[in-house]
Amino acid sequence: MKELALIIVGSALVNNVVLSQFLGLCPFLGVSKSIETAAGMGGAVIFVITLSSLVTGLIYNYVLVPLDLTYLQTIVFILIIAALVQFVEMFLKKAMPSLYKALGVYLPLITTNCAVLGVAIINVQKEYSVLQGTVNGFATAAGFTIAIVLMAGIREKIAYNDIPKAFQGFPIVLLTAGLMAIAFFGFSGLI
Amino acid sequence: MKANTPSERLFNGIIKENPTFVLMLGMCPTLAITTSASNGIGMGLTTMVILAASNLMISLLRNFIPDKVRMPAYIVVVASFVTVVQLLLQGFIPSLYDALGIYIPLIVVNCIILGRAEAYASKNKPIASLFDGIGMGLGFTLSITCIGAVRELIGAGQLFGHQIIPVADAAAGTAGYEPVTIFILAPGAFFVLAFLSAFQNKFRLGAAKKGIDPSNPDCGGSCASCGNTMCKGKRG
Repeated sequence: MKELALIIVGSALVNNVVLSQFLGLCPFLGVSKSIETAAGMGGAVIFVITLSSLVTGLIYNYVLVPLDLTYLQTIVFILIIAALVQFVEMFLKKAMPSLYKALGVYLPLITTNCAVLGVAIINVQKEYSVLQGTVNGFATAAGFTIAIVLMAGIREKIAYNDIPKAFQGFPIVLLTAGLMAIAFFGFSGLI
Repeated sequence: MKANTPSERLFNGIIKENPTFVLMLGMCPTLAITTSASNGIGMGLTTMVILAASNLMISLLRNFIPDKVRMPAYIVVVASFVTVVQLLLQGFIPSLYDALGIYIPLIVVNCIILGRAEAYASKNKPIASLFDGIGMGLGFTLSITCIGAVRELIGAGQLFGHQIIPVADAAAGTAGYEPVTIFILAPGAFFVLAFLSAFQNKFRLGAAKKGIDPSNPDCGGSCASCGNTMCKGKRG
């Protein structure tokens, strides 16, 4: 139990996936204009990463390892993720239309989110069990959601500020992200 | 220069459509591994090999891959080359393999590679595509080496691991450069890139904007654009 708690704090705050590992930067910069869409994206990412780390964990431990095919992990993982995202989209559309309405637009974007593949590979590298891997996936995605919602909140505020012309758009977002990364260093004392 | 000749392709990749500074693609490795100039070169050349090989392969296969499943097919081609290169690096250059870590398998989802496959290799002849891959790869190598050099120089006073600026030593009482360590840490990556793109905006202000507008991260300013082509491809 204690170990799982450490994984959660470590992945969600200390080694925040966006601000210290630079995974999933694209949606972090692209979909962070309003808190509402950022939260939607965060929800979709939590859903997909938790599910994909469970499935990739199962396939890695019970298919690839016994067959001695671990060198195929990159190909297998990316195909699993792409198929899974499609499947989740179809399933939600049929079974839970309300949830599909909330998350639907973000789902296709997630296939190219490097955080999804990144978590699957980190789980293998750290030799996590299936349960630990799934918890790590959930925590990483929660960290992503925290970062993107905070960023959206800040961007909603700085939209009214008088920013130098050259810094408008992309540069000011990156500067904000840098300051947030410094702030997140404060968590490093937690573990 | 005539279009689609090898030299035109190289020029295009390195200068005109530089993937990092102009197209703003592949930001994750750009920020993550540029802690030093030599890491930048290593990552850049690795990406270049994969980009050139996958461009060549996809161009050779362009008439055989059905349009509806082209994205999964491209991903499999790229992932195969990434696996090959990963095993080669592990065997022959273990130091680079350790330095780049999980960012080697993550080359699969690097937008530059899928972007070039979709935008160029799927429509052009093999030789031109090969050189397009090499040009784009060199452009990427050049830019991330520059970013790495800036971060290494400011953050540690070093260049390619050599001490360029003598560092101050309080214990020995010698005066010198006080390294700004934050530039090698995560926030430094964001700051350096922020200033680079601010400079770029400055030079572009007033000029007629062609192609992708870097000041707008919502459309084409980031990988979001390749996410979009992805879903278009998936929907067929």
